Amino acid sequence: MSTDQTAPPVTPVEAAAAVETAPRRPVRVSTTRDTAETVIFGILRWLTIAFLIVVTAFPFYYMLLLSVRPIDKVLQNPARLWVSAEEFTVETYRTVLRSVEDGGQGFLSLLFNTGLVALATVAVTLLVAIPGSYAVSRLRFTGRRQVHFLFLAVYLFPSILLAIPMFVLFTRIGLRGSLAGLTIVYVAQTVPVSIYMLRNYLSTIPESIEEAAAIDGCSRLDIVRRVVIPLAAPAIMANALYIFMIAWNEFLFALLFLVEERDKWTVSLGLAQLSGGIEVSKTVLMAGSVVLTIPVVLLFFAAERLLVEGLTAGADKG
Amino acid sequence: MPTLKQREARAGYAFLSPTLVVVLVVVVVPILWTIMLAFQEIRLANIRDAGIFSAYSLANFGTVFQSTGFWQSLITTVAYSIGATALSVGIGLAAALALRRKFPMRTGVRAAMLLPYVAPVVAVTFAWEVMLSPQYGIANRWGQSLLGWDRPVAFLSQRELTWSVFGFDIPVPVALLTVIAFEGWRYFPFAFLFLLARLQAVPADLEEASYVDGATISQRFRWIILPQLMPVIALLAVLRFIMTFNKFDDVYLLTGGGAGTEVVSVRVYQFLTARFDIGAAAAQALVLAGVLVVFLAVYMKFFAPRLDGDNEH
Repeated sequence: MSTDQTAPPVTPVEAAAAVETAPRRPVRVSTTRDTAETVIFGILRWLTIAFLIVVTAFPFYYMLLLSVRPIDKVLQNPARLWVSAEEFTVETYRTVLRSVEDGGQGFLSLLFNTGLVALATVAVTLLVAIPGSYAVSRLRFTGRRQVHFLFLAVYLFPSILLAIPMFVLFTRIGLRGSLAGLTIVYVAQTVPVSIYMLRNYLSTIPESIEEAAAIDGCSRLDIVRRVVIPLAAPAIMANALYIFMIAWNEFLFALLFLVEERDKWTVSLGLAQLSGGIEVSKTVLMAGSVVLTIPVVLLFFAAERLLVEGLTAGADKG
Repeated sequence: MPTLKQREARAGYAFLSPTLVVVLVVVVVPILWTIMLAFQEIRLANIRDAGIFSAYSLANFGTVFQSTGFWQSLITTVAYSIGATALSVGIGLAAALALRRKFPMRTGVRAAMLLPYVAPVVAVTFAWEVMLSPQYGIANRWGQSLLGWDRPVAFLSQRELTWSVFGFDIPVPVALLTVIAFEGWRYFPFAFLFLLARLQAVPADLEEASYVDGATISQRFRWIILPQLMPVIALLAVLRFIMTFNKFDDVYLLTGGGAGTEVVSVRVYQFLTARFDIGAAAAQALVLAGVLVVFLAVYMKFFAPRLDGDNEH
């Protein structure tokens, strides 16, 4: 095992004795290399942590900072990292939220559109995915294993590949340019991942609880409604948040379907469309970015533990 | 009276049917339809006449393969995917190792580290765009005042920059590297989450034993930790590669596909919306999917430890 030639030989007996006397930190003789590595990696570890904090947080800090500075001050001094009291302004937020008729950018109604689509997506996806994941995790039927494969295959195909026929189809049946059409696409995009996440959780619920309910005379549907859903509530919550995030952040399909109808835009689409031009000042758009980011980040921090566990369930099995 | 087994199977199909309908209607049929469209000569103007029985031809593939920049964009896509995958998994691994042991505020730091992954892509690309702008971007200001750059670097719109070092002129694909860096930044949290979860499940006894035997930190990492992380790293690499390969938003929003960053999915979009050439767009999307399948097949054949979503058997 050890390639370190200077390491003193430690017999199993000595090691065992050491473990017995000090179970947390066994006694051993450090070598020069060992000491050096401990110091170097100890420093490196803190450097890495500091670097990562700066790198991840800085763009968000900068976004927030620019959104409360007037544009002429930003252009004069773009490298400044704080906002002075006389500079501070919330006019950017007023402009971005005000309706287009009042000379603003109408983001308030865009926020409403986005929220509507995201909530509808969550509701429909859960309605479809809860029974679906229950079937996949619990019920034995021919073709159950093939279903997994189908879901995996969905991920292999680029969403742009789905976009083309959906574009054609929705143009034909008149759903292009409607929020309902967008919701349908989002549901299809989120159902597979939703089933995957829920299935992992459902398979941890002991079957005997369900059997007890069945003996008490519950039908399958009753079992799902009265036993499985309450028991899986944390996983379902995490899943709902995850779907909400995907729908809230989505851009490609919103771009393809809604670009021609400004009153139906989602916030992401509005921001992307306006940031390409030069008419709207960058600080106003930064305020728009903040408005777009805050709901998702708040939700995320509120439910971080739930989400992280839901997403990585099974990862620790290797 | 049906048997219990039959009843169970029947319930299974009933519960699964909404899912199957959704996936069939909005995923499987569109995919099949794309395959069909790829072999038909359809533009947005004559979309209403198109049907299952329209004439089929290989003309679209001819158009695609001969169009200027197609092969270049395929190469760009591969370079972009490999670069972004390596970077995001690499940073994710470093982050997971650094945050493995407890320290004050670790929970807060861990949460902050996930920000790039959860924030809306449009908002973060916009923030990057402003930060990297040659006119008013903070990166260029600092580069000029602190690092002594002669003139601002147009990170997102400059195809190539010549970097002179030791008398050699090395061409650097600026915009492509910037886009790769963005991907690494945005997706390292994904790798970080999975690796951290796996790291915390590594049993302590092996590590303690090797510690007692005098193994140094790097040796413990190389011989104890890394082998246990390898399956997760492999899975992450495959997942990230697939997702980056198909990625549209990030490149489209950052550069619009200009300055040597035109990946195939952005090209498909441009065929669709600028030229209204649905047939050629579909053919191109199909080529993209085909190349991905080839890559995955090669991976499964030669490198795969085990890849399926099934961990209950």
